[in-house]
Amino acid sequence: MSVAESAGRVLRSGAPPDTAYDVTVIGAGVVGTAIARELARHRGLRIALLDAANDVGEGTSKANTAILHTGFDAVPGSLEARLVREGRRLLAAYATESGIPVEPVGALLVAWDEEQRAALPGLLDKAARNGYHAARIIGPDEVRAREPHLGPGALGALDVPGESIICPWTTTLAYATQAVRGGVDLHLNCRVRQIDPGGGLHELTTSRGTLRTRHLVNAAGLHADAVDRLLGHDDFTVTPRRGQLIVFDKFARDLVDHILLPVPTALGKGVLVAPTVYGNVLLGPTAEELDDKTATGSTAEGIALLREKGRRILPELLDEEVTAVYAGLRAATGYDDYRVSAHKEQRYVTVGGIRSTGLTASLAIAAHVTDLLATTGLDLPAARDLPPLRMPNLGEALPRPYQRADLIAADPAYGTLVCHCERVTRGEIRDALAAVVPPGSPDGLRRRTRAGAGRCQGFHCGAQVRELFEKGGEPGSG
Amino acid sequence: MRRERIVDALIVGAGPAGLATAAGLAATGAGEVEVVDRDQQAGGAARHCAHGGFGRFGMTGPQYAERWVAAAVGVGAVLRTGVTVTGWSGPLTLDTTSPRGLERITARAVVLATGARERPRAARLVPGTRPAGVFTTGELQRAVHGHGQRIGTRAVVVGAEPVSLTALDTLRQAGVEVAALVTEYPRHQASRARAAEARLRHAIPLLTDATVTELLGRGRLSGVGLRHRDGRTAYVACDTVVFTGDFVPDQELARRGGLPLDPGTRGPAVDGAFRTAERGVFAVGNVLHAVEPARVVAREGAAASAAVRRYLRDGDWPSASVPLRVTAPLGWVAPNRLALDEPGDGFTLRTTEFVTHPTLVVTQDGRTLHRARRRRPAVPNRPFRIPGDWTGRVDARGGAVRIALAD
Ligand SMILES: Cc1cc2nc3c(=O)[nH]c(=O)nc-3n(C[C@H](O)[C@H](O)[C@H](O)COP(=O)(O)OP(=O)(O)OC[C@H]3O[C@@H](n4cnc5c(N)ncnc54)[C@H](O)[C@@H]3O)c2cc1C
Ligand SMILES: Cc1cc2nc3c(=O)[nH]c(=O)nc-3n(C[C@H](O)[C@H](O)[C@H](O)COP(=O)(O)OP(=O)(O)OC[C@H]3O[C@@H](n4cnc5c(N)ncnc54)[C@H](O)[C@@H]3O)c2cc1C
Repeated sequence: MSVAESAGRVLRSGAPPDTAYDVTVIGAGVVGTAIARELARHRGLRIALLDAANDVGEGTSKANTAILHTGFDAVPGSLEARLVREGRRLLAAYATESGIPVEPVGALLVAWDEEQRAALPGLLDKAARNGYHAARIIGPDEVRAREPHLGPGALGALDVPGESIICPWTTTLAYATQAVRGGVDLHLNCRVRQIDPGGGLHELTTSRGTLRTRHLVNAAGLHADAVDRLLGHDDFTVTPRRGQLIVFDKFARDLVDHILLPVPTALGKGVLVAPTVYGNVLLGPTAEELDDKTATGSTAEGIALLREKGRRILPELLDEEVTAVYAGLRAATGYDDYRVSAHKEQRYVTVGGIRSTGLTASLAIAAHVTDLLATTGLDLPAARDLPPLRMPNLGEALPRPYQRADLIAADPAYGTLVCHCERVTRGEIRDALAAVVPPGSPDGLRRRTRAGAGRCQGFHCGAQVRELFEKGGEPGSG
Repeated sequence: MRRERIVDALIVGAGPAGLATAAGLAATGAGEVEVVDRDQQAGGAARHCAHGGFGRFGMTGPQYAERWVAAAVGVGAVLRTGVTVTGWSGPLTLDTTSPRGLERITARAVVLATGARERPRAARLVPGTRPAGVFTTGELQRAVHGHGQRIGTRAVVVGAEPVSLTALDTLRQAGVEVAALVTEYPRHQASRARAAEARLRHAIPLLTDATVTELLGRGRLSGVGLRHRDGRTAYVACDTVVFTGDFVPDQELARRGGLPLDPGTRGPAVDGAFRTAERGVFAVGNVLHAVEPARVVAREGAAASAAVRRYLRDGDWPSASVPLRVTAPLGWVAPNRLALDEPGDGFTLRTTEFVTHPTLVVTQDGRTLHRARRRRPAVPNRPFRIPGDWTGRVDARGGAVRIALAD
């Protein structure tokens, strides 16, 4: 069978099909898409991936710190520690193969006072217990030599060379694309409201109608507790923990070479400074316990706190313009680990509490969940390798289309710039709009191409990008 | 992989400044004069201003832009649009991308005329959600005049400077009701006649001493939070907000080329002959001072072309210059380097506060070079000029020259 014949569909409206699915995954964040992709490797399964939003990755997966963690500071022995460690290895390889931007910049966990310096050996020891042996403690001179723009007073650092930065949007999109190509039906604008665990088949009442499925995976992120309750479980409650972040202008990129981590405290991992694969610099996140799962706004207090911390870490950062401010919500549960469990009798797996490492762990979570599904009686056909995928490059480490004479010669649309700040071409926008999983909004187009994500925030290209989105990529009048 | 070419003068940016420079150069036989612009059409910011008031005869922006295109092309300047200068590969060598491929162009003189933009919401650190319906004037103009897009139903306009009033006009044309004009200053900063015409005739409230503290709404903007200087807060329901003014130079190329920037303007520092610190590299127009009206930058372009022409002929470049600095509440001055061979014939300043009868004092190393009282008030976001007749008294080996307001 050709790829096209076996491919699934991306549906944003209309009733779901009458025939039952073998497995349905609720939630198309980085975790749900990874699970759907893993399941798609088992040819012959009928799989649905549902999300309430009009695009993949519209939840926490679009708003995080974009670090591919080593897991050096995880809770040793926890499920999270294992899945982060495995997930990092899997995702690093997958990213290379599929063109997801990754840069192995490494991290320096910087101690700013005696107490923090005294904590470094303990962290080194913890890293070893987590199976990470490349870390080492370095003195103030080496810290300064490696980060000359650092603020005064750094006493030393834990050098963690394996920490990397990655593009979270391309990751989620790559999983979703491969899943759909591999046969998964992606139902968007499809909120699950009620679940009737009838005999042998779950009946899901969604905002787009009824859908039936034999097995069910709950990867609903912040709402995993609510979905769990629809099936009668009361095992955990998700408390959103907001993280606000400031994105600085690309001019700031020259100020920093590593991810600059703070020494963690009881209150959380603290505020970091990190380059992004697009060439910006991130400052954040905050850690605010909230009860509103939709509170993804930024606040004056949050921005002020980040700027105060940033001034200490990298004083010159504050002289640069801010390109964006955003906030994401971590799915905290009060437990110091993920909350992943199989409910055999219900042919159901809960994937809850994927708090601040889900991007890194996604592929390992997917493999783990697939194993758990097998324990609930899912008959897994033999796994195959999915046809390889090459994602458009949004990263600065490799040439972008506007820099490639070969691409432009073959198709001048790659030499026609639309978004000047981010150098996004008409060819890339056209490709994104015609892709297997097309965007549902100009914001989705921005995450796929970076159009409008630069320092002018649409002053120059906003209107044109909107027009291209509305016309499906065909050149308009303007 | 890059096509390499050589020209005499390469001008980056085909706005009024770049086109006027090109026209002046080509008209005087400066050799191969090429202007490139990343937009598909030449004309710069003016092309998007459908309203009148450009040039001396009150043309619309597009008419004005067209006039300068014709002027430059008419005398033999080569104009290429859809060509983006992406960076430098040598002191006078620039890399470009266009649908025709990649090029590497070396020029005897490079002129940066890359213009300016308004600072968007995020750069102003306005907290809240990230809904649709958030614009700058530039985006609004392109959306309405360029693409005929639907904007919304009810807008708040942030800023009360001249460009804010053009945003009002554009909103009106798009059928959007304007709920209020909000400015952090105690008064609007437009000319009285223009303000009256644009605002009062339509009874739009002007909220002074007020800032936007929060954007609300999911998916689409539902309102903005406001705070008055005295602490009072308010909420205004609206589905559109336009952040106007607060211009910054589009100085990416200048900065990537390592040109020193002026701390006040944040554009490349230049002397009275539009020379940057790099030999052979000039800058002109709103990249130097964000922003001046089109006719002012076009006049600059003419002056710049004469300076570039002299350089191409004689090859003279000043070996030293004295920096020109301002003291608060003055925000910036341009030009901001003094080269004694070309001191310039005057300077443009901005204040960050209203000053009713400003007395300007120019000093160097404690010595007063010039002192003058102006009859007209200094108004934020509006230019005021001082003559350059004192520059002969500057000591070329002395410290920075300072411009301040006397009490
Ligand atoms: C500030 C911050 C920084 C972070 N930094 C990192 C980092 O550097 N590295 C890292 O690895 N991880 C990081 N994380 C964690 C990572 O982002 C998350 O673990 C990951 O995105 C979780 O993915 P998910 O798919 O579980 O959740 P989500 O992305 O939230 O996806 C859940 C989806 O379920 C859908 N949904 C919910 N309810 C329903 C329903 N009833 N019906 C249909 N659909 C529904 C939602 O619409 C949503 O799209 C960070 C998180 C935050 C907040
Ligand atoms: C929203 C707005 C409203 C305005 N309203 C008025 C008004 O009512 N009346 C008035 O007199 N003036 C007005 N102005 C100012 C007027 O438009 C400017 O004075 C004039 O256009 C500035 O000319 P310029 O050539 O310096 O810059 P611009 O006109 O901005 O031109 C700069 C050009 O450089 C190009 N460019 C930049 N970087 C590159 C690159 N790397 N490669 C290739 N090309 C590049 C840009 O595409 C652009 O075309 C307004 C400006 C704005 C932004």
